Amino acid sequence: MRRDKFPSGIAGVSVGEIERQVPADEAPPLPTNDRLAVIGKSVPRINGRAKVTGTARFTVDIKLPGMLHARLLRSPHPHARIASIDIQAAERHPDVRAVHVITDVVGRAVERDSGTDRGAGVHLPAALYIGAPIAAVAAITEEVADAALGLIKVDYEVLPFVVDMEDARKSDAPAVFASPVIGTGFEGRTPGSGEIAQHGNIRGPSKAGARGDIDVGFAEADVVVEEEYRTQVQTHCCMETHSVVADWRPDGLTVYLSTQFTAGVRNELAEAFKLPRNRVRVVVDAMGGGFGSKSSAGNYARAAVALSRAAGAPVRLALDRREEQLDSGNRPGTFQRLKIGARKDGRLSAISLYTYGTAGTATGAGVGNVAQAMYECANFASEQYDVFINAGPGCAMRGPGNTPGAFALEQTIDELAEKLTIDPLLLRDRIDASPVRREERRRGAERIGWSRRHVPGADKGPIKRGIGVAQSLWGANVQTNASCEVRLLRDGSVEILSSVQDIGTGIGTVLAQVVAEELGLRPQDITVRIGDTDFPAGPPSYGSRTTASITPPARNAAYKIKQMLLEIAAPHLGVAVDDLLMRDGRIVARQDATRSMSLRDAAATLRTDQIGALASRSDDYGGFRRAMTDAALAENDLGGVQFAEVAVDTETGIIRVERFVAVQDCGRPMNPRQIESQVQGGILQGISYALFEDRIMDRHTGYMLNADLEHYKIVGPRETPDIDVIVLENYQGQSATDAYGIAEPSNIATAPAIANAIYNAIGVRLRQLPMTPAAVLSALGRIPRGS
Amino acid sequence: MLEASLAVSPVIAETKTATIGPDAGPLTLKINGTVRTIAVAPHSTLAEVLRGSLDLTGTKIGCDRGACSACTVWLDGIPVASCMMLAIDVGDRSVTTIEGLSDGDKLHPVQAAFIEHDAVQCGFCTPGLVMSCASLLAQNPHPTLDEVKAATSGHLCRCGTYPHVFAAMLAAATTGKG
Repeated sequence: MRRDKFPSGIAGVSVGEIERQVPADEAPPLPTNDRLAVIGKSVPRINGRAKVTGTARFTVDIKLPGMLHARLLRSPHPHARIASIDIQAAERHPDVRAVHVITDVVGRAVERDSGTDRGAGVHLPAALYIGAPIAAVAAITEEVADAALGLIKVDYEVLPFVVDMEDARKSDAPAVFASPVIGTGFEGRTPGSGEIAQHGNIRGPSKAGARGDIDVGFAEADVVVEEEYRTQVQTHCCMETHSVVADWRPDGLTVYLSTQFTAGVRNELAEAFKLPRNRVRVVVDAMGGGFGSKSSAGNYARAAVALSRAAGAPVRLALDRREEQLDSGNRPGTFQRLKIGARKDGRLSAISLYTYGTAGTATGAGVGNVAQAMYECANFASEQYDVFINAGPGCAMRGPGNTPGAFALEQTIDELAEKLTIDPLLLRDRIDASPVRREERRRGAERIGWSRRHVPGADKGPIKRGIGVAQSLWGANVQTNASCEVRLLRDGSVEILSSVQDIGTGIGTVLAQVVAEELGLRPQDITVRIGDTDFPAGPPSYGSRTTASITPPARNAAYKIKQMLLEIAAPHLGVAVDDLLMRDGRIVARQDATRSMSLRDAAATLRTDQIGALASRSDDYGGFRRAMTDAALAENDLGGVQFAEVAVDTETGIIRVERFVAVQDCGRPMNPRQIESQVQGGILQGISYALFEDRIMDRHTGYMLNADLEHYKIVGPRETPDIDVIVLENYQGQSATDAYGIAEPSNIATAPAIANAIYNAIGVRLRQLPMTPAAVLSALGRIPRGS
Repeated sequence: MLEASLAVSPVIAETKTATIGPDAGPLTLKINGTVRTIAVAPHSTLAEVLRGSLDLTGTKIGCDRGACSACTVWLDGIPVASCMMLAIDVGDRSVTTIEGLSDGDKLHPVQAAFIEHDAVQCGFCTPGLVMSCASLLAQNPHPTLDEVKAATSGHLCRCGTYPHVFAAMLAAATTGKG
């Protein structure tokens, strides 16, 4: 270890120094971005050209020789036991090459007692929702596969079902599961264990994070706000549907998968198919969106692998849009009752949260940790429940838990502010200990013109405008199991190799910037090879952790290469290694620029065709808040403060979001324009969640009524407001790049910012998502409630 | 755009009594300036044929029912949803796909602007958007923000590239190219 001094603080506020213990083989501290050549600059996306010319290869574009096409047979019933499946007729079809029956489903909760009463033969999992995957067929064309599905005879024993969350909570509701389940939690909530109680379709409570005594706290309160909120189920709507090409060969399995985690899927498939990991390869080039839904090898991918093994040929399986809406995951819907007590001066004395939600046939419908962690409060208690319904299993979706949780929290804080007659920003200044969010509030307030804000409902005329604010908080995840190799070839060219995948965030470009900075090259001189488990295992691209996890290893690997090059150059130039730097493709003596040699000439002296260096993510220099297997939580959370300006037409109920100002932090920003793209994307998804999206289930038939993109509405160009993005440079001296993520923090505050702006506009609060024109008119009393 | 996709090819209109299909039959199409003859089953959409036998996978299928515009190509220069028309209805109209927009190594000004303004994230909706935007510039070299929003209004982008798309188009407009 050595002791190094790092820049510390927010640029433009005050940046001092902090001393850290750094592993001796890691690169020295980077200065602030203004003193760097490539890091922190808006370098054009390196795969931009491929994407705008249509040459970028997505999983759905892949064609292999002899490739077969697969389709999944899906349950037409919302709930059914499967007595038997007869696949013989399908197998006999002359153009069918393999048929696979799914006997182990993944992605949903599993009964503790998994049907040992079925007697001899293979136990078939029950079909628990319309669209549940039952079997799969591989054929010479997709059309034949589709037709062959009709040849599979399934003996369904249809059972009662329930798709409405409130109906499912009743004591006489049809049971979704035959017996209590073992949960599969996902980020945003403590993972389910076998010990959580379950009565009928209600599983819980989980009481994580309790502190102090809320009874004492509420007794001390001068003002109490207690309200109920509802948020809807939201689907990911990735533009490239879940898709796979599985190629099982005698010497190993290659899987092309539209995925957020090549290395994780490789490990999953190796275990599932009892292969050693060194014979499984997962590859993704361009990837058409994940947002949390493509983090593992789902039923469709496993089915494709099984089909490929049986057929001895590559098998392609791509979900169509209807399947994507039914069965590729979703953000759970929630009900929340949030009660907050405060003293006259605004200090919070107690927070109590009661919530239940539905992730369909999965567990994990939580509301995250915003109520628990955003503001100072000595007394906190929560009770969270899962409610099962016969609908597709939920999974993580951009800021799971915190996104619905912030909708309730930030409106309640706003309401408290009004009751206390304290400005909402001033109240947050008093109760929010985060210096970063304080600065974000300050900058955002100035940019949006917070002083223009009038009292709620003040505008005359039918169009009423308002300004609102909300905050986001997101744990800064770091994948410690993340590695990167850098190679220098004898002609002076450089490669970066990692299994990390670019899901649209541009991590490949950032990696090129990191290595270019270290070696004094241009990003375009570097070849970035990612998205392939043939390369050292990198992090997943979920939890906003990619940049934080993989850029330090890339830098440290490049640093090792640099040291090797300087060792070569030093005797040639007659200068000590410590007196050399690399710049503009050359190795230059610090004190005498005339003493230099090109990187190319130095590389030409290599004994072998290439030298390589591998580096892995070490601990944050100041330590982690919490360490788990393969990952850890950084000391400081990520966050942001967002301001919305809306115009509400009180005659039609239409809400127009006119302007957004977002002030976010992500440690050291690596590529401002790419970051801006991410934040705009988070805000647009947040607007869509706030105003338009809703998965609609028909309680009488169990159908999802809008399993498409014309009735399930996502935000489009005409609803796009002006978006002003300010990104703080927040130096913390925690790693070789000091960079963190931004995808989820930019999505969490958006809906409550809009809700608070709507209240400011019309003087009525909307506590249910989505906030539709009907909801506005109903809240204004212009149409009967519940219309 | 609606007219272009609904108009039945004169070839079909003439063969009033002839039946084609269900098996594949030969079909000649003008794609990106080249005449191609391929075997096409009558019920195949233009999008399927482009991505399938023509190996032009730049055009994407997002919903396969005209809701997302990812499959946008030009028919005689007019943007159409290629998932919503049958290949046999193209007739002798010229099809331009994303692959035909650039001139060898030389990018179309819209493509260059998209890169410069980072109007790309995952890239799946990008080819369709580029086709609509390039068509707009060809008809209206100096569009306003509202005109850009109208021209792109049918495109769904889940990653949220719209603001940078607008910036790219307004910049491409002021340079006077396109």
